[in-house]
Amino acid sequence: MNAVLILIALVTVGAAILAMSRRNLLHSVLLFAGSWAGVGAFFLWAGAEFAAFAQVLVYVGAISMVVLFAVLLTRRSREDLAPGPVSRSRAISAVLAGIAVAAVLLAAVAGTPLAVSAGPAPAVSVRQIGGELMGPHAAALLVVGVLLTVALLGAVVLAAGDRPENPEDAP
Amino acid sequence: MIPGAPTGDTLLERAPVLLRDWLVGFLPGPARWAAGSLLMIVAILAVFGTLFAFLTLAERKILARVQNRPGPNRTGWFGLLQPFADGVKMLTKEDIVPRAADPVLHFLAPVALIAFSLLTFAVIPYGRHLVPVDLDSSILYFFAAGTATELAVFMAGWASHNKFALLAAMRALAQLISYELPLLLSVVPVVLATGTLSATGVVAAQSGWKWDLVPRWVVFTPWGAAGFVIFMISALAESNRSPFDLPEAESELIAGHLTEYSGFKYALFFMAEYFGMCALSGMAVTLFLGGWHAPLPLLEFIPSYVWFAVKLLALLLGFIWIRATLPRLRIDQLTRLAWKFLVPLALVNLATAAFWSLSAPWPGPLQLLRWAVALGLVAGPFLLLSRGLTAGLRPRVYRYA
Amino acid sequence: MNPLQLCLVFSSLLFAVGLAGALARNNGILVLLGLELMLNAANLNFIAFWRFHPGAAPATGVIFVIFAIAVTAAETAVGLALVIALYRHQQNIRLSEANRLKG
Repeated sequence: MNAVLILIALVTVGAAILAMSRRNLLHSVLLFAGSWAGVGAFFLWAGAEFAAFAQVLVYVGAISMVVLFAVLLTRRSREDLAPGPVSRSRAISAVLAGIAVAAVLLAAVAGTPLAVSAGPAPAVSVRQIGGELMGPHAAALLVVGVLLTVALLGAVVLAAGDRPENPEDAP
Repeated sequence: MIPGAPTGDTLLERAPVLLRDWLVGFLPGPARWAAGSLLMIVAILAVFGTLFAFLTLAERKILARVQNRPGPNRTGWFGLLQPFADGVKMLTKEDIVPRAADPVLHFLAPVALIAFSLLTFAVIPYGRHLVPVDLDSSILYFFAAGTATELAVFMAGWASHNKFALLAAMRALAQLISYELPLLLSVVPVVLATGTLSATGVVAAQSGWKWDLVPRWVVFTPWGAAGFVIFMISALAESNRSPFDLPEAESELIAGHLTEYSGFKYALFFMAEYFGMCALSGMAVTLFLGGWHAPLPLLEFIPSYVWFAVKLLALLLGFIWIRATLPRLRIDQLTRLAWKFLVPLALVNLATAAFWSLSAPWPGPLQLLRWAVALGLVAGPFLLLSRGLTAGLRPRVYRYA
Repeated sequence: MNPLQLCLVFSSLLFAVGLAGALARNNGILVLLGLELMLNAANLNFIAFWRFHPGAAPATGVIFVIFAIAVTAAETAVGLALVIALYRHQQNIRLSEANRLKG
């Protein structure tokens, strides 16, 4: 089972590194979609089916669409899609910061005695998840619903701006 | 074994499973699961590939007869070899890739589209024992794999390095996103009523007959019928079929996001469209039309996969009929239909389904009241919203320079 | 190295990649996507611990991840709307040029 995990990890982290370093913005976005799908594959490996399908549905199916629309709406020419780095020193210092954070986290992981419960993946049925969502976590569910509504309304207001409507555009 | 499945467990039903087990038995132990899965994949590809081929022929013949002409009848008897002739033509055409196109994305787009379209076939229960993968949340899986196909549409439009293809790809994407909502919202009442996200669970919940005559299918309830209609309209739009075939119509932006594709890649796009159509019809049969259940108890001797095939073919013929009859919608009409009509209707449908579930234990005569209220909740918003849909529209005023 | 530690290494590396990218890139959208990667790495951690230490209420880990995905989606939508508004203001989305307070 570790071999599958290592493969998924390599694919996901590899796609993420490629996505962050490519000059072509659209290639970056598509590679990100690949790394999100990789995270979904990890969820499947761990046995959290519901979370895996929700991850693919939301990230690969919806967020990548929104990002692609944003990419295409914020360019003036095809050259805008090849963003270069600001300066070499900034890129190097960012990579060093990333490496430092990774080193700290890996040291913490390697140093902590983490016990593993040797059983199989916990069998959580969708019915159980639904019951808990509507029972103990009902308040959080309602708050997340309101949050999503408000956030998307706000996003529409932000993105639409205040252009006067062209009367010729009316149906 | 599917829990809750009634009698009818005959040899004919088990025949495909027994065949697979016999074939796989030739291999040693560890390879059996992989070989079994491979056999199921090959079977699905073979069945739906042949269905695709003859569906193209059926579509052309039916469209032709509706338009009072014979359709393809030169290649073989009644044109039966036409799909193979089309296949040979597609395979032998030159594969042109524009020089300025993005070669990796241009190649990957049809591949990704076909891959995700085929992934959706894995969870549909084709028969009593014929579901390839039985997941606890298979309906969610189905729609997750379906939404991933939209990425490929965008890849196709972008990689072609053609302004019109890009514009058409954005339009196609807007159409696909707009109709995701009614599609998913029309499925939620079914999940609510049956209490499970698994396709086999939904089919099992539709087993049995009321008064030994009327099947307990979802489509025979008011909210089920409305949900079925909303699902079919959204499925038409999701698979880019007429009257929502703006993305691929020849008179609109050349050929939409497929402009720069020729030969086999073009054929792959159409195969993906037909596969999407078949998969969505299969899911509609599963969720609304009772899956592989027979409509009457005395017809149960006919195997379950035959009933599934009959219902699937009926839906596909419905798709073709609609294509022959209705004119194409403009992009703004299309999006207005989705957001201002189907989404509110689907939300009201959800409320109707909740009322239906809560009023199930009402005693005898109150059941008539239950039906009346449910029918009112379905018909009322429909009439009001359809009036509102055409209300503010006046003829377009063109101003000339 | 037991499987839980492998999962945590995976998520730490993903987090570091997201952080480095968010710090290095000059394009608003790529910075937002770096943030996405960091949030995904956190979700990975949740599922890793859910798998190997489910505890008394096994559904809690999955529910946490679902809420995290929902909140992340909302945040992404708002962030991209901000990027579009920025574009409208300065006709490109280079963050190095968005350094003035005057609108």
